[in-house]
Amino acid sequence: MKDIGPIRQRIAKLPSVKNQAIKLSENAIKKTQKANRFFLEIGEFNLFLWLTVKASFSRHFEFKEFLRQCFLVGNKTVPLITLTGLVIGLVLTIQSRPILVDFGAVSKLPGMVALSIVREMGPVVTALICCGKIGSGMGAELGSMKVTEQIDAMEVSSTNPIRFLVVPRVLAATLMIPILVLYADALGILGSWAGSNIKGDVTFVLFFTQAFSAIGFSDFFPAVIKTFFFGAAIGFVGCYKGFTAGRGTESVGKAANQSVVLASVFVILIDLIAVQITDMLY
Amino acid sequence: MEQDNIISNAETSSTAPSAKTIIDVKGLYKGFGNVPVLSNLSLQLFENENLVVLGKSGSGKSVLIKCMVRLLTANSGSIHIFGKNVNELDDGELAELRVKIGFLFQSGALYDSMTIRENLEFPLIRIKKHLSRKEIDQKIEEALENVGLSDTMNKMPSQLSGGMRKRASLARTIVVDPMIMLYDEPTTGLDPVTSDEISTLINNVQKKYNTSSIIITHDIECARTTADRVIMLNKGEVYLEGTIEEFEQSTDELIQSFFKIRPPQ
Ligand SMILES: Nc1ncnc2c1ncn2[C@@H]1O[C@H](COP(=O)(O)OP(=O)(O)O)[C@@H](O)[C@H]1O
Ligand SMILES: [Mg+2]
Repeated sequence: MKDIGPIRQRIAKLPSVKNQAIKLSENAIKKTQKANRFFLEIGEFNLFLWLTVKASFSRHFEFKEFLRQCFLVGNKTVPLITLTGLVIGLVLTIQSRPILVDFGAVSKLPGMVALSIVREMGPVVTALICCGKIGSGMGAELGSMKVTEQIDAMEVSSTNPIRFLVVPRVLAATLMIPILVLYADALGILGSWAGSNIKGDVTFVLFFTQAFSAIGFSDFFPAVIKTFFFGAAIGFVGCYKGFTAGRGTESVGKAANQSVVLASVFVILIDLIAVQITDMLY
Repeated sequence: MEQDNIISNAETSSTAPSAKTIIDVKGLYKGFGNVPVLSNLSLQLFENENLVVLGKSGSGKSVLIKCMVRLLTANSGSIHIFGKNVNELDDGELAELRVKIGFLFQSGALYDSMTIRENLEFPLIRIKKHLSRKEIDQKIEEALENVGLSDTMNKMPSQLSGGMRKRASLARTIVVDPMIMLYDEPTTGLDPVTSDEISTLINNVQKKYNTSSIIITHDIECARTTADRVIMLNKGEVYLEGTIEEFEQSTDELIQSFFKIRPPQ
């Protein structure tokens, strides 16, 4: 006769096995639900992108709203960007100076600082500041409009809310952020001049001649192009998060917060891609 | 007082429902996820009547009228407005239909970055494109006068009281001459006096503009003032339909509990 002891034992264990199986499958369901939500969000994002692109080619352009948004974007960020631009130039200069002195290359200082500001520091820092100010602002504003049914109200009065709210904001950000970056660059170089005058003594004209002679077309042009993409991403993400805010007031804060996070991620990704492309081309 | 401006042919309306059906809802089902909100709901709105829809909070009243203007899409069933199936309209037809419908949102939904005047102008210049500057001004003034808010034209919504905001948003809906009015809890959150003003205003709007209206509420006083016919929603279905008197005399527990909240004065 065969010993059926082990089999019996196995059978006795069955319920716990079953429980485990249930737990496992529950887990799997939860995971798939999460994945589903993720893909749903990607789909929603793309749909929203498509609707925005479509709406921006419509004949009615809300010019007044566009100007208002341009003003707001500039108005909200200029003080902060002024300060940051100046400080970045100043700090970069003060910190790099000793190393360059060691190498006996202090004359390269203006060019080096200007280059790093124009190519990377200016665009990325300005864009990240704008993620915080503009992206979150748009997320919160549109989110609260969504929660208080203002977007629905627009829709029932036969106005496409994407055309009226999203398109002017995205375009304003796309246009204004490059301008803000140029402004930050200029202030950064100014700050750098101030920084090099703490220890050394350079005339304004000499400093700027040296700084600008270091910057070539291939440094400047790609850096400017990518800022347009930064702007578009920040404006779009802010609007998207605001528009897809849930119900209830707490979703306004969530929308603002998520706008900043997602927009910052986009800025960094775009920067990464831009570096690769620039590398290939020049 | 502000009320003096309110057009004052206020008496409880008593228009008998005429035969012409304006809105015809049949077997409407709407759920979110697996949770049904409306199931197999059917109702009709006749020309020139005030239909009051009663129901507890969360019973799907807002969902119902949002389905009517396709802010939400029903899962199944049909809604015909002026004989056309709302779910089958293309974008152009939908816009055309929405122009005929005034929607008063529960929260008022005034655009808070615009003044009251700009709020009224917003739908007006987009819907009635042929109007001249002067005609627009005239219409805005008239609409604000009808709700007794002429002197707040240049204020921001945040500067107004709750009742004034409700009236301003009512002015924004009537300024484009809708044929159907959908009121989402017009008196909720207001004191009894202001509530009465709004209810009176609803009657006046119906008289003056000859609209057919659905008034969603759980305020019995508002229902008493405005209703030609009453429908009670419960668990996503029509629970009872009748006149306000029939409701008041009903011995049904659920309906009784509604009418107990504020006894008639
Ligand atoms: N857009 C939505 N997404 C998910 N659930 C919703 C949505 N709109 C309404 N609901 C749910 O539907 C139910 C009915 O809501 P609503 O129609 O607003 O109730 P009320 O009768 O108080 O107006 C509620 O439980 C609400 O949570
Ligand atoms: Mg509601």
